[in-house]
Amino acid sequence: MDPQPNDLVFRARDLSKVYRMGDVEVHALRGVDLDLRAGEFVVLLGPSGSGKSTLLNILGGLDAPSGGHVWYHGEDLVDADDARLTAFRREHVGFVFQFYNLIPSLTARENVAIVTEIAAAPMRPEDALAIVGLSDRMDHFPAQLSGGQQQRVAIARAIAKRPAVLLCDEPTGALDSATGVLVLQALERINAELGTTTVVITHNADIARMAHRVLHLADGRIARVDRNAQRTPARELHW
Amino acid sequence: MKALSRKALRDLWHLRGQALAIALVIAGGIANLVMSQATLDSLYGTRERFYRENAFADAWAPLERAPESVAARLAAIDGVAAVETRVVSAGNLALEGFDEPIRALVHALPPGGVQPALNRLTLRAGRLPDGGGRGEVVASEAFAEAHGLRPGARLRATLNGRAQWFTMVGVAASPEFIYQIQPGSTFPDFRRFAILWMDRRELEAALDMDGAFNDVALRLAPGANTAAVLDAIDRVLARYGGLGAFAREEQLSHRFLMHEFRQLGTMAWLFPAIFLSVAAFLLNVVVTRLVGMQRDQIAILKAFGYPPAAIGRHYALMVALIALGGTAVGIAGGALLGEWLSGVYMQFYRFPYLEFRLSPAVAGLGVAVALSSALAGTAVAVLRAARLPPAEAMRPPAPEHFRPTLVERLGLGRRLDEPTRIILRQLERRPGKALLSVLGLAMACAIMMVGRFQGDAIDWMVDTQYRIAQRNDVGVYLVEPTGRGALRELGALPGVTRVEPFRTVPVVFRRGTVEHRSFIEGLVPAPELRRPVDRALRAVPIPTDGVLLTDYLAGMLGVVPGDRIEVQVLDGRRRWLVLPVAGTVHEYIGAQGYMALDALNRALGEGDVVTGARLSVAASGRPELYRLLDERPRIAGVAVRELEIRNVYDSIAESMLTFSFVSLLLGAVINFGVVYNAARVALSERGRELASLRVLGFTRAEVSYILLGELALLVLASVPIGFLLGWGLIAFMGNALTSDLFRVPAHVSAQTLAFAGLAMLVSSVLSALVVRRRVARLDLVEVLKTRE
Repeated sequence: MDPQPNDLVFRARDLSKVYRMGDVEVHALRGVDLDLRAGEFVVLLGPSGSGKSTLLNILGGLDAPSGGHVWYHGEDLVDADDARLTAFRREHVGFVFQFYNLIPSLTARENVAIVTEIAAAPMRPEDALAIVGLSDRMDHFPAQLSGGQQQRVAIARAIAKRPAVLLCDEPTGALDSATGVLVLQALERINAELGTTTVVITHNADIARMAHRVLHLADGRIARVDRNAQRTPARELHW
Repeated sequence: MKALSRKALRDLWHLRGQALAIALVIAGGIANLVMSQATLDSLYGTRERFYRENAFADAWAPLERAPESVAARLAAIDGVAAVETRVVSAGNLALEGFDEPIRALVHALPPGGVQPALNRLTLRAGRLPDGGGRGEVVASEAFAEAHGLRPGARLRATLNGRAQWFTMVGVAASPEFIYQIQPGSTFPDFRRFAILWMDRRELEAALDMDGAFNDVALRLAPGANTAAVLDAIDRVLARYGGLGAFAREEQLSHRFLMHEFRQLGTMAWLFPAIFLSVAAFLLNVVVTRLVGMQRDQIAILKAFGYPPAAIGRHYALMVALIALGGTAVGIAGGALLGEWLSGVYMQFYRFPYLEFRLSPAVAGLGVAVALSSALAGTAVAVLRAARLPPAEAMRPPAPEHFRPTLVERLGLGRRLDEPTRIILRQLERRPGKALLSVLGLAMACAIMMVGRFQGDAIDWMVDTQYRIAQRNDVGVYLVEPTGRGALRELGALPGVTRVEPFRTVPVVFRRGTVEHRSFIEGLVPAPELRRPVDRALRAVPIPTDGVLLTDYLAGMLGVVPGDRIEVQVLDGRRRWLVLPVAGTVHEYIGAQGYMALDALNRALGEGDVVTGARLSVAASGRPELYRLLDERPRIAGVAVRELEIRNVYDSIAESMLTFSFVSLLLGAVINFGVVYNAARVALSERGRELASLRVLGFTRAEVSYILLGELALLVLASVPIGFLLGWGLIAFMGNALTSDLFRVPAHVSAQTLAFAGLAMLVSSVLSALVVRRRVARLDLVEVLKTRE
């Protein structure tokens, strides 16, 4: 499905971010401009420290930029206070992280429920887990699931509230190739069926082949933008 | 149930060891609170009911003798609502098969077997004397119980020098003698001190008091000006040898009760405050650590739109659950302890009944205090969790800053091995936390010391009072002031090796507006058997002129040696004296004055008289001596030092042992709570580091050393601080117990220090062993794989 040209979800201008890590000052972003459209599947590609995660966190309202602006459907996220950002995340954004970040003391179903309980119009946790193919693992604790299964629970958790935007930080980074493909298929299906705008961070160039658009980040800047004339289905990827 | 609540419950289950340890500390505090407060409420309620139902008087006025017609003049005083004239006498008792002297206070009951209008008796068995002239008496319940006497028992009483046989027809409790104690004593002696009630006509006959009275109890009108009424009573009775009217606040039994209530009131906040502050600190450590470990979980919850308040509530819920768990145990334990404590009180305070009641208000107070202290202790950690910026929480925390320790900077580091360096750097990096741990442990040590405080204080008191200040074997008290010659025959009694006479005079000490009813005792120069001592326990010489005051009395009156005080003598010629204060003496019991016997007699102008004597007696033949003394009509009472000492220990032995055991237990709970938590948190913070060391080839013992060595240092540092804290607590408690009745010495024996130190060591080692099992189970591979 092609993105609708006028349906702008995110608009970012001149984003910069500096933060301290112990005694070190890190320039994570140095003037990034970006537009994301509804239903788009975008891959952020780049080496470690290129600013991918920082950009994703700012888009998701987890972090504030040191300079510049981000608008979500015309609303400036930089001016928003913590309560607005919380509501923004609660209503519109689903996150998937490299290390799954499931809550170890909750089962798969409960890990999804913890999000559906505070969402406006969620799907049932069972349905979300069915989408990622985990209907038979719903009452397992994270420690009883494989890495791929844990990541699919994380995806179920992210999509269960039917977010407009799905932000994935290295979702396959901790997985082997075959398991990673299963996870990507789940993302691909959600993007296609629910029309969720999806941004995936990876440093794996192969994954870029399934995107509508690929943004190459280097040293805190967008160095290059590629468009895939022909998207490769996730099941045909391998690395 | 919400998924977030479920997480709270499961996290709590995961932390159950630490949660349990903290809950126990909270339980200790709340148990103390509930025990003290519920017992206080119960005692207070029971006392009020007993006073009301038995028409406890508002004022009393002892006198020498007044005709019954004077009662009408007393009743006419503005503010007096009711007058009950009475006849009261001291006497001696003898019981078949009990060859020690028994002193008795005998009160008259209205003729014809009726209850008095004021200070009514509650009959516990039998009936009142019917006044048929058959020598019937009612005995106080405590005394009857101590000797197993039932109605029908026979006893021989010596009243006014005349021995007479009586039949006990009833056993009773009186609001005037809830605390049944001889004036001047600190501990009740139920076997050797009795209260008897008999028909007034019979007592009048025995005392030659027909148509007269020597004591009066009064009920005051509501809103009466007590001081003015007492003055008016004194004016009426002055002609009749009035010894000074006094109100409830001066009534002996009532005063002891008030004193006890005050002590319970102190216990109700002091110990809970200690326990709950330690619990708050422990919770702070655990929750801070938990929030640190769950940074990523907090970040996820926030990423998915949980507001800060929800995160805060989540951690607060866990804290609240621990606090409530501890509170539940504490309330249950406090109720049990309270019932036990009430039982102990019933042995000392002779209420006819005591309803132990744990009111919902006390339980509610426990819940409120535990919750608020727990939440206050964790507020910073919970707020930090609520405010954690989600993006920052996703990143692992930056490595903590370490630097060479002071020891190393001083150049002594070369002597240290690496594990020791790790220990020292850990401690020095977070001195605040180390300090609080040390303080918590010190509290445990202090509480274990407090458990033995009572015993130490009693030993010290008994030692100074009965072995240094008062060294006579037997004290003999005469019915009335008597010429000195009467004592000559005492010296001739078998076994008596030394006789020292004394004279006791009831007085009111005055300085400005401050006054205190007490007595002055006249002693022979350079006494051997009764030596007032100073703070260093040295005998203070008896001045030829002026008066020595107990230092507590001098403090009350605000005088120092060299000042002059007014002394109103309450008997005999009732003179007013102005005496110089010659010095002060340090005593634990009472607040009185001492003078040279000759100087006292000169000042009173009633001749060379004495009211008693102290005797040294050879050990053999003492029963024979008691019998001979008992037969002398002019002897009102006999006190035997060894029996007095034995009574002190008998009367408090049980409560002391239990108190000591409970304190040991509570101290151990705190100790375990602190040691176990410190070790578990250290293990959780540094499990990875310790496992890495194991991978590098360190043995379990070496790794345990790093973990437990830090704790050992903390425990060692805490013991001397605990000694100081314990001493402070004991001094505080002693001070809180201080009154003109007695002072409690803040004396800490070497055994107590050794006991507390050893208990700390044992309980720390036990706690450490529990933790060491965890070190043994460190999963090397798993720990290295986990990401943190």
